[in-house]
Amino acid sequence: MATSEVKTGDPGIDPSTGEFRVIGQGQTFKSVTEKITRIVLTPRTPLGWFVLFSVGGGLATVLLTAVTWLFLIGTGIWGITQPVAWGFAIINFVWWIGIGHAGTLISAILLLFKQGWRNAISRFAEAMTIFAVVCAGMFPLIHVGRPWLAYWMFPYPSTMTVWPQFRSPLIWDVFAVSTYATISVVFWYIGMVPDLGTMRDRAHSKFAKYAYGLFSLGWRGSVRHWMRYETASLLLAGLATPLVLSVHTVISFDFAVAVLPGWHTTIFPPYFVAGAIYSGFAMVLTLAIPLRKFYHLEALVTERHIDNMGKVMLATGFIVAYGYGMEIFMAWYSASHWEAFMMWNRMFGPMGWSYWVLVTCNLAIPLTTLWVRKLRTNIAYMFFLSIVVNTGMWFERFVIVVTSLYRDFLPSSWGTYRATKWDYMTFVGTLGLFTFLFLLFVRVLPMIPMNEIRMLLPAAKIKAKATAKAGD
Amino acid sequence: MPPREGTYGLLAEFDTPGDLIRAARQARQDGWRRLDCYTPYPVEEAAEAIGFHRNKVPLLTLVGGLMGGAAMFSLEVWISVLAYPLNIAGRPTYSWPAFIVPAYEWTILFAGLSAAFGMLALNGLPALYHPLFNAPNFRDGATTDKFFLCLEALDPKFDLTEAKKYLEGFQPISVVEVEY
Repeated sequence: MATSEVKTGDPGIDPSTGEFRVIGQGQTFKSVTEKITRIVLTPRTPLGWFVLFSVGGGLATVLLTAVTWLFLIGTGIWGITQPVAWGFAIINFVWWIGIGHAGTLISAILLLFKQGWRNAISRFAEAMTIFAVVCAGMFPLIHVGRPWLAYWMFPYPSTMTVWPQFRSPLIWDVFAVSTYATISVVFWYIGMVPDLGTMRDRAHSKFAKYAYGLFSLGWRGSVRHWMRYETASLLLAGLATPLVLSVHTVISFDFAVAVLPGWHTTIFPPYFVAGAIYSGFAMVLTLAIPLRKFYHLEALVTERHIDNMGKVMLATGFIVAYGYGMEIFMAWYSASHWEAFMMWNRMFGPMGWSYWVLVTCNLAIPLTTLWVRKLRTNIAYMFFLSIVVNTGMWFERFVIVVTSLYRDFLPSSWGTYRATKWDYMTFVGTLGLFTFLFLLFVRVLPMIPMNEIRMLLPAAKIKAKATAKAGD
Repeated sequence: MPPREGTYGLLAEFDTPGDLIRAARQARQDGWRRLDCYTPYPVEEAAEAIGFHRNKVPLLTLVGGLMGGAAMFSLEVWISVLAYPLNIAGRPTYSWPAFIVPAYEWTILFAGLSAAFGMLALNGLPALYHPLFNAPNFRDGATTDKFFLCLEALDPKFDLTEAKKYLEGFQPISVVEVEY
């Protein structure tokens, strides 16, 4: 984008590139370490943290209530019925998993592309991934009806001599999501080990020293260790990249393999993956903007990050737009009566409003405004936009699940869908659980990877050696 | 490692990665073999300076991944063809394209776990104790902003006074003796 739009005297701009700096000026190894560890190692927890923590915790209790009642009564308390047997649970599952994908994209794909700017946001984006997967993974489990028998989905030698059906995308999901959760946790933890070493060496209280000492596994920063560590990180990134693409692909197969109009389409895998990254980046913004303000991290999470995330959202948003366009095109081009009716019903049927909410939130608002750099670096606007896109992406899944199911081939089997209060409580409850877990993470673990930030600092440049400039 | 007595090595502290790399390169050239550098972030040049070029993490990852993929694919074939064959409209029991997805996921799962735990194992971690943490300045700097070179007592060239004089020649901030 044109540099002239921005004031040249702005200290946040690197005069040599005309881009926003990845790290604010005047930071040193010590100041960066100090800034990041102080957030965790301070004995005083900010009041605002307690307020949000109790809100998150309170909402998590709502989830507990809703799930307890569900276990006692059964899935009948939800709005699901024939023909819409997949309601909020599947919408929320896909929405949460999608949010998680941006974390993996930032930590893995951008690492492989050597995008130095990602370093500051990678840790909490990964944490976001894990907590989003926690929320997501719960939904299929509680949707199976008898969640205490969920282990039946795994192949194990049982006395019933029954084995899973490996031709079903739902069983593929079990393997995709469980692998995704495991690899995300491992990647996140391994990435944190050196930073836990820093925490161990800077902690004051006996308990903190002991806990960080234990979890840092005795990390001492030997360069031999670092080299193996770097290799392992790169390999994990290289493995997480095809993994993240496969996870949402497999989830889209849950729909695309069925014969239902509106589901049975080959555009689903790429369109689901792009949508996942789109909503995931929106969620990273939703988290990053208040965090950097609250903990004064503007020097580490700079306008550059917000700007770049805006660009990624613009790109993925257009892939999503292409997906929507292709659905409409195929409804016409397939010359299938059912496809054409499905599309008409989706737009103008009794639940057509949800389609237009989606179009407004995912296309009309973001894809027109994200072109403007002034808006991309306007923090308040980006925060607003992130909420808009998250809403839009939730409605996208609502549209896919509900408006395809409620009026299928046979008019005599048509019905409608109305979520009950238990559906809403479960959904709002997972938002609470997510907030709760995320705030715990921010309080006890270093939310910005210190060792990766150190590599970006000017002091890390070795003289008489042409090293790639940080972040470019 | 069995418990030892006496000196583990000599630890020289530097302010910048450049100073550390110069010292490490020189020490390696002068015939030191039992030496290591400690840095707060990965410094590739320091690893090269002490002659550490390759590691076995990629091999472990490859083996782990192949084993994971093979294990899942065989499990699927055994279940679907032998243990629990389902005849659904006469479709073949050995429907391998459908088996690719879980096998693919397990390839990644086992490769990833092998990379992570293999790296830790090769590094000898977790380690509950290491003599370096006895050095008064090590914990202050090694994980924050200082760069260390350690000449270990196990090196045949090691002599406490000689080695100390040798390290001081690099003009470090300090040289301290590390006890076991």
